[in-house]
Amino acid sequence: MTMLHVVNKSPYSTGSLGTASSIMKSDDALLLIEDGVYGAVKSGKAASMLGDCKVSVLGPDLAARGITEDKLIDGVEIIDYAGFVDLVEANDKVQSWL
Amino acid sequence: MAEVTKKFMYINRKAPYGTIYAWEALEVVLIGAAFEQDVSVTFMDDGVYQLVKGQDTAGIGMKNFSPTYAALGDFEITKIYVEKESLEERGLSLDDLQHLVWEDEDDDWAERDSIRLVSRTELADVLADQDVLFNF
Amino acid sequence: MKLTIQVNEGPYQHQSADTAYFFTKAALEKGHEIFRVFFYHDGVNNGTRLTTPPQDDRNIVARWSELAKEHDLDMVLCVAAAQRRGIVDDGEAERNGKDATNIAPGFRISGLGQLIEGGVQSDRLVVFGD
Repeated sequence: MTMLHVVNKSPYSTGSLGTASSIMKSDDALLLIEDGVYGAVKSGKAASMLGDCKVSVLGPDLAARGITEDKLIDGVEIIDYAGFVDLVEANDKVQSWL
Repeated sequence: MAEVTKKFMYINRKAPYGTIYAWEALEVVLIGAAFEQDVSVTFMDDGVYQLVKGQDTAGIGMKNFSPTYAALGDFEITKIYVEKESLEERGLSLDDLQHLVWEDEDDDWAERDSIRLVSRTELADVLADQDVLFNF
Repeated sequence: MKLTIQVNEGPYQHQSADTAYFFTKAALEKGHEIFRVFFYHDGVNNGTRLTTPPQDDRNIVARWSELAKEHDLDMVLCVAAAQRRGIVDDGEAERNGKDATNIAPGFRISGLGQLIEGGVQSDRLVVFGD
């Protein structure tokens, strides 16, 4: 059974990404949405929090915040809302780290 | 009430009174108790503050809802997970928290501890075992 | 996939009301079933018909109402949360002696049991909040 962890807050404002990344299992998936997308920016300190799990980022939220793909850590998948739905379906349950 | 039984986990990560989430989450837990699901509740991150004893809200003019946690046992909510690391980071120990119990009718109504102190790693396994996760 | 969506925040204040809407819409477009959209905490404020957003901005309440109408969605505002925040339908106005109602089309007010039932009956519960 795998879990989709959704983080919507910036790692520089709350501990949610820290909690999520420290509790998730290697087969789980991590999706960054809303202000959570800042966690995937490679030049930021938070980038080191993301282990080797599968990380996805919501494209519309990146674009809204002026974050281009080249600014992201390697291996991150940019998805849209349809992709978000697919992730929910592909994992057994969803944990929203609000 | 329902033919399906799922493992329901209510996750509390926010402190009481600064926002309404702690209280309104408790309301969901209490209503949910009537639905005969396999219920667990987690307190982690700032959520552990909800269980701290000795809350006196007179000065802030809010209802002190902390006595409600003690009633969870009567609602057959017997699995209350408190995360060790969250307590330690905040300089808290189990002694700072309310002593929550439930009465085991299969053992002559003996009183049992509801709180299960778990490490983050153990909690990860508990969460992985659930079917439905509620967050507030 | 049968989904229950939980929306914890009101319109405009947090992005979660928007994200929940786009997620719900995408799920419907993919042919999934939305069992219920349940609004809790300040999320009940998504259900007032009295908002007047600026002309050049999205109308979050109307958007929900339109989606509900198009797909026959069950959109529920938690009664306790709605009472606290002043979202009122005819039944609530009569019960609580209010001289007005403000519920938007497509929404109904009901108990927390509707959220629990959503968790029981759905394949996935997805929570949007702060």
